[in-house]
Amino acid sequence: MKKTFRIGGVHPHDNKISAEAAIEVFPAIETAYVSMAQHLGAPATPIVAVGDKVKVGQVIAEPAGFISGFVHSPVSGTVKSVAPRADIAGNLVPHIEITVEGDEWMEGIDTSDTLVKEIPYTPEEIIDKVKKAGVVGLGGASFPTHVKLAPPKDKKAECLILNGTECEPYLTSDDRIMRERPQEILIGGAIMMKALGVTRGYVGIEENKPAAIASMTAAAKDFPQIEVVTLKKRYPQGGEKQLIDAVIRRQVPSGGLPIETGAVVQNVGTSLAVYEAVQKNKPLIDNVITVTGSCLPVQHNYKVRIGTPMSKILEVAGGLPEKAAKVISGGPMMGRAIANLDAATVKANGAILVLTEAETRRRPESPCIRCSKCASACPMGLEPWLLNKLSRAGGRHAELEQERVYDCIECGCCSFTCPAGIPLLDLIRISKAEVMKIMRSRPKK
Amino acid sequence: MNKLIVSPSPHAHGRESTQSIMRDVLIALTPAMLVSVLASGWSAFVLIVAGVAACVLTEFLIQKYLVKGPVTVCDLSAAVTGCLLALNLPPNAPWWLVVIGAVVAIGVAKMTFGGLGQNIFNPALVGRVFLLVSFPVLMTTWSDDGSMFGIVDAFSGATPLGAVKEGLKNGMTLSQLTADDLTFSQQFFFNAGGSAGELSAIALILGFIYLLCRRVIKATIPVTILCTVFVISGIFWLANPEKFTNPLFNLFTGGLLLGAIFMATDYVTSPMTTKGQIIFGIGIGLITVFVRYFGSYPEGVSFAILIMNCTVPLLNKYCKPRRFGEVKK
Amino acid sequence: MTGTILFTIVTLVALGLLFAVVLYFVAQKFKVEEDPRIATVESILPGANCGGCGQAGCHAFAENVVKAPSMEGFFCPVGGNPVMTKVAEALGRAVEEKAPMVAVMRCNGAIANRARTNEYDGYASCKVMASLYSGDTGCKFGCLGKGDCEAACQFDAIHVNPATGIAEVNEDKCTACGACVKACPKGILELRAKGFKNRRVFVSCINKDKGAVTRKACSVGCIGCGKCAKTCPFGAISVENNVAYIDFTKCKMCRKCVEVCPTHAIHEVNFPPKPKIEPKPNEENV
Repeated sequence: MKKTFRIGGVHPHDNKISAEAAIEVFPAIETAYVSMAQHLGAPATPIVAVGDKVKVGQVIAEPAGFISGFVHSPVSGTVKSVAPRADIAGNLVPHIEITVEGDEWMEGIDTSDTLVKEIPYTPEEIIDKVKKAGVVGLGGASFPTHVKLAPPKDKKAECLILNGTECEPYLTSDDRIMRERPQEILIGGAIMMKALGVTRGYVGIEENKPAAIASMTAAAKDFPQIEVVTLKKRYPQGGEKQLIDAVIRRQVPSGGLPIETGAVVQNVGTSLAVYEAVQKNKPLIDNVITVTGSCLPVQHNYKVRIGTPMSKILEVAGGLPEKAAKVISGGPMMGRAIANLDAATVKANGAILVLTEAETRRRPESPCIRCSKCASACPMGLEPWLLNKLSRAGGRHAELEQERVYDCIECGCCSFTCPAGIPLLDLIRISKAEVMKIMRSRPKK
Repeated sequence: MNKLIVSPSPHAHGRESTQSIMRDVLIALTPAMLVSVLASGWSAFVLIVAGVAACVLTEFLIQKYLVKGPVTVCDLSAAVTGCLLALNLPPNAPWWLVVIGAVVAIGVAKMTFGGLGQNIFNPALVGRVFLLVSFPVLMTTWSDDGSMFGIVDAFSGATPLGAVKEGLKNGMTLSQLTADDLTFSQQFFFNAGGSAGELSAIALILGFIYLLCRRVIKATIPVTILCTVFVISGIFWLANPEKFTNPLFNLFTGGLLLGAIFMATDYVTSPMTTKGQIIFGIGIGLITVFVRYFGSYPEGVSFAILIMNCTVPLLNKYCKPRRFGEVKK
Repeated sequence: MTGTILFTIVTLVALGLLFAVVLYFVAQKFKVEEDPRIATVESILPGANCGGCGQAGCHAFAENVVKAPSMEGFFCPVGGNPVMTKVAEALGRAVEEKAPMVAVMRCNGAIANRARTNEYDGYASCKVMASLYSGDTGCKFGCLGKGDCEAACQFDAIHVNPATGIAEVNEDKCTACGACVKACPKGILELRAKGFKNRRVFVSCINKDKGAVTRKACSVGCIGCGKCAKTCPFGAISVENNVAYIDFTKCKMCRKCVEVCPTHAIHEVNFPPKPKIEPKPNEENV
């Protein structure tokens, strides 16, 4: 009986049409535009100036607060400008523009493929190396990893769960790295377990990735403290709270943080980045991006340096087809629709998905028929029909808080399911932000 | 190339729509409609057609000329109401009866509340009860009209429930009444004397299975209602088998199956959470049994459902779903 | 028979009298003492309960103005000066007349002026759209046209024109309650003085991007060139963050700035047409 989370969930088509596309190294670019907003929290502060020469892996920006991170140059060349540039939403964000010259790496970075298994570092050293390498959560949230590996004193970590579920349809980058680089992922896992001081580790993989399961299970023979767990194919199996519920049968308390269950969850991509950071001294400067869509003639999994314009990636992948109606950064359930295709990639970008009009045009909204399928689908046990109604009424923040709008993980199951085509999540998301703002502004007891 | 589309997530949608759900309900009703037409002939067919046409026309006219808003008859919800209403009437009822019922069902019970999704009471049942109260004779006489192709033998007289009620009132005991009564298998496959929709339990159950497979309804409400009726009537029957009909008889006669499967499970008028649905089902079961045993009407399902419809807003308010994070470690 | 009727009548009348007495005493015991002036003031107020005064409805306004030592800080925009004068009279106080205000739409980025660069397919709300991204045009400051202002207005005074795709204020119905100003996520609407003979001059743009970027996105946007500020004889115009702003307390409505603006971003409202100058394409007469 395969494990899965206990409440809600939907079953979109998984559309893993890019699963057999082995990872290709993306060709060299001419200019890199490195965003300072590569992570949750405050954007990093640039420490280079126009005209400076930089090498691959050189620090070009420093953290600007506790929740912030280092940013390293993904290319070698000359800094052309330090100026605002538009992100995928068209909003201006500070960027460092670097004209590429050659591909010279910083001294000390091991660019070979040799597997390094020994972990001679102390937990503090590990966390420091992860921080200095600018590693952030690659599952989409971009939370600085070094912060997650050092939980507050009053919260005890009991186990590490590596998230290899990749529950979003279309996405296959995690599948590919689990098939192609399983040992590095597991060594990364062992490193993080040492940093956290835990002795139990799990890798959760959805059942629709048999090759990845086989590959990781075979590699895990050398890692008796890490267990590969096959999970049912169900969205959002990869949601942090849902994954913890599925693997160790514990639910994060309402309004609480995952560490309260004792579990620390990290994406397999993050684990790979930790391996490279600690064992190879390589900072996070590239990521695997799935370029996919039914209207694309060829599917790809590219290893792309951060700062590559998305329009360039689409050009190399064969160009944007005539039928393309929407381009998404991420998957169809939680990805962000791109308004500005010239935006450059950031660390946590994992996919560029091209959808046709038929696949994505929203149907017109019709009245709610009170079927409560949204409530059945909600993995957090909320009532989206009620949250939407309260949001539309306006000013009912107290009731929204009572109905736990802050627990919403914005997975999109409700809008996906609604037979009447009501865009439930559109307004719930806004109310959640407003209510959380009100809650944060209250004086702490 | 056209401009790119930008919207908040999610960017994909499931396959279900209001229309596809209503279509599934119509398909699930088809076996019952077929049995009714085969057993009762042309008049049953006319009733169904007239019912659907009247409901759809009423909704169209009100939406276009009174409300002056968008016309939504394509979502098939009015058609479903029409079918259910027709199946709730005696098969030989005149066509104008179902038209009046349709106007009340759609015009009063649905549109005055604001249209689809806003009504408190099940429209088909409101139509039926209105007709029952306004035309008591027409609504309670079942006379044979000649079945189609001679498949079923002619019958006449009251429904089994009606006969029981009359007999008990006249002081007869159940063993005296049931001597000539139908055997169990006859009731299951073809229950002689009943409204068009009551005629075949198996046809209704086939529809139920279809709806479950298509995930249109969950089994919670029908199962709760039927179990409650079975248990409560069982308790009374064990206490006094001469005065109270047995549980199986109660399950398969009258509009209980039709009501439990198709009327009580109407999305708009039933609770939104499992806990609420269980309470709802128990309430309907209890009221049905009490009306059948102690009330002056032989059939209690319609009233039971309408009464429990009133409690739905309260049930929605106090019965919340299982929240994530409430489970203890 | 008559005995029954008599008995019924007597019993019911007795019960009625008993309940009336009980209710009387209860009403007296639990009576809330309220200053009678509050009710008087409340009857003078329009009773729209729109919140435009900043109070929680007309009753709250009445309560607070009676309790307050002066009329300072109290103004009902819907009732305006006539109502405030009457309220002051009722309370035996003096009150200053306030200049009437009106909501002003500071964006002229109609579809004809500002090309759409993508298509928004989400829930039709400016708040949702603004939180998602910078908008469906090249100008990230302009009107999104989804009608949050229209939904907020209780006086039917602001509507999104489907032909232009942006909101338009009906100055005859506008009471300057401020609901639309609060509702607009872009801060485009502003309460400004209605002006002598309802005339006013304002910059119909709040775009803070550099002039070249603005110009590319919208043909009538303010490019921050500063000509208006240099021309204004009264120092009413300031240019900050690449956008000009006219201070309505200083503006004397000479309209010299309107003539010099290269993109016709400055609008004049309700003026008689000038005979000599060539007709301006963006002159508004709401």
